[in-house]
Amino acid sequence: MEKVYLGVDVGSVSTGMVLLNEHLEVLAELYLRTQGQPIRVVQEGLKALEKRIRGMPLKICGVGTTGSARTLTGVLLGADTIKNEITCHGLAATHVVSGVQTVLEIGGQDSKMILLRDGIVVDFAMNTVCAAGTGSFLDHQAARLNVPIEEFGELALQSQNPVRIAGRCSVFAESDMIHKQQVGTSMPDIIAGLCEALVRNYLNNVGKGKEIRPNVVFQGGVAANAGIKAAFEKALEMPVTVPGYYGVMGGIGAAMLARAAVESSGETRFKGFEVSEMAYQASSFECRDCPNCCEVVNLTVKEEVLARWGGRCGKWADLREVGLGTRF
Amino acid sequence: MKISFAHIGYATMAMERLLQDLGHEVIPPLQPTANTFSLGAVHSPEFACIPFKILMGTYLEAMERGADALLSAGGRGPCRAGYYGEIHQRILRELGHEPRLFFFWPPYQVPLDTLKKLNGLRGKTSWLQMVRYIKKAWKMMIALDDLEILSHRIRPLETETGATSKAFRQALGYIRQARTLEEIEEASIAGIERLHQVPQDPNREVLRVGIVGEIYVQIEPAANFFLEEMMGEMGVECHRSIFMTNYVRHDVFSRHGDLSARELAQPYLPLNIGGHGQNSIGDVVRFAAKSFDGVIQLAPFTCIPEIVAKSMMPHLSQELDIPILTFFIDEQTARGGVETRLEAFVDMIWQKRALRNAGSRSVFDRAKIPGDRGLAPVSSR
Repeated sequence: MEKVYLGVDVGSVSTGMVLLNEHLEVLAELYLRTQGQPIRVVQEGLKALEKRIRGMPLKICGVGTTGSARTLTGVLLGADTIKNEITCHGLAATHVVSGVQTVLEIGGQDSKMILLRDGIVVDFAMNTVCAAGTGSFLDHQAARLNVPIEEFGELALQSQNPVRIAGRCSVFAESDMIHKQQVGTSMPDIIAGLCEALVRNYLNNVGKGKEIRPNVVFQGGVAANAGIKAAFEKALEMPVTVPGYYGVMGGIGAAMLARAAVESSGETRFKGFEVSEMAYQASSFECRDCPNCCEVVNLTVKEEVLARWGGRCGKWADLREVGLGTRF
Repeated sequence: MKISFAHIGYATMAMERLLQDLGHEVIPPLQPTANTFSLGAVHSPEFACIPFKILMGTYLEAMERGADALLSAGGRGPCRAGYYGEIHQRILRELGHEPRLFFFWPPYQVPLDTLKKLNGLRGKTSWLQMVRYIKKAWKMMIALDDLEILSHRIRPLETETGATSKAFRQALGYIRQARTLEEIEEASIAGIERLHQVPQDPNREVLRVGIVGEIYVQIEPAANFFLEEMMGEMGVECHRSIFMTNYVRHDVFSRHGDLSARELAQPYLPLNIGGHGQNSIGDVVRFAAKSFDGVIQLAPFTCIPEIVAKSMMPHLSQELDIPILTFFIDEQTARGGVETRLEAFVDMIWQKRALRNAGSRSVFDRAKIPGDRGLAPVSSR
């Protein structure tokens, strides 16, 4: 049996799942839309993965989760490590592209920049108060212009004269775009202008004061957009690499960390593929017992609470130790 | 007179004691909640900063609970905090509230006004007795700060997650019950003992992170997502640059502010830019000199002094070789985003320390670094 490690990155918009072997090579990858239902997407992904590796002499020996739904997913699967997406993305980039010093990552709801020196994360930034320039805004604009998001980037590359669009805020950007569109500017010029505006905003906001050195890696769902990649290359005046697995880099990092975690713990906590068949229900309530008003989350199967988290005082965490042997 | 005031961290308790001693009925301010945030945001100018909105919400909640007088203090120097009292008052009036107001300004700027307001608060108490009460409240404030500082030291060493926070809450309870100077002294000692009883692993390696930034979002844990607790439970010892007691020493009874921080900031920012902007720079220099592992800057969104300070952070970080993470705080109440960034920051500074100690420790060895409990999600603790 070959040992493999599962990395799951459940983001706001998309979910990436990766299987790595002992040599940290990608055996299988999946890219799904989260569609606001993290539990369902993880279960579906698990089923699809199982189908793909059925009959192969593989054994899942470690699971890592990341992304904004990492805690929920970790409880669900029985993860060996639950890690933030910044660490995972940085780790995956150093593994996949040698000599990387800058990682540009743009996902569905957030964008980040990670600076690495000699394979170590030395600085990072993540958009704080504004989601302009992230995948969901691009999605929205593509839908409004009636262009499939997959063709968005190619259209941008056709442009000869990108127009200038305000990129500071998605509301300003949209009204600027509508304005340009109404005076007859061609679609490719508008889209290319939008790409440049988003890149300008990203470099100014997330990348403020950061020293961007080559090699530059561009990953996350938006890296599929050739227009944005071209705009980055133009603005940075250096080549930008989009790795083959750009959409699932978070998952790769999580799987790498899972291997490390199992190495020190000795055994995985993975609950097996049966997880995809269980009728899980996540619910939450606001505890009113003190002014903190914690949002407590319950994960239940058939009314039985398997795990509970989110409370600050520990009162609600009593159930951590029960159910399916999960220990958190 | 049913009096209430702004909630500012644990020091709130000392103020409550003082006003009770003076014979007033106190409506103790509630720790700000999501409700306070919303209430304040609805009735504040949109571009006001989050401390303004939280205070607005706190005052309105106090009025609903029957308060007819409010006590607060205005900032000094060129920051809009100086106008807080005035604007809060106008908004309250527009909403039909006419509380009696005791908004204090730095005593050296307006000595007569300060005396007049103190006289109003004094009631039937003699001046001498009032001074005694103030002294007592001051002792209480010191005891509260001491406890909080100690909790920040112990939390990263605790062997049972949450044990320190529990002990800290109990210790706060001791102080709350103390009425006389002797009782405060006793409660303080008992509280310190209680914290030391928390089961600890004294050999665990911890990270040291300094916290700089605007005063309110530093001192009020409800405004900063209980950052110090979160960090403590990630194995980080937090050193906050502003506590109520050092603030009172530096900025209420002196016109100069924290001189040491201002001096340290000189090579980078020789001007007082208002608020705690210059302090933020000076404190970064101080923490770097003490070989801290990193610094976190807390700033209300749109706070000009902190924006100016932030723009200098990349330069400081490089020159002083200290990682710095800035949080702009606004109305968001979801902890997820903060947790993600903190966890990544902690990962990063662990690696940096490991690199410094061992020469080349890869991220894979992180699971073995003592003190790292990063495998369980923070939110599940």
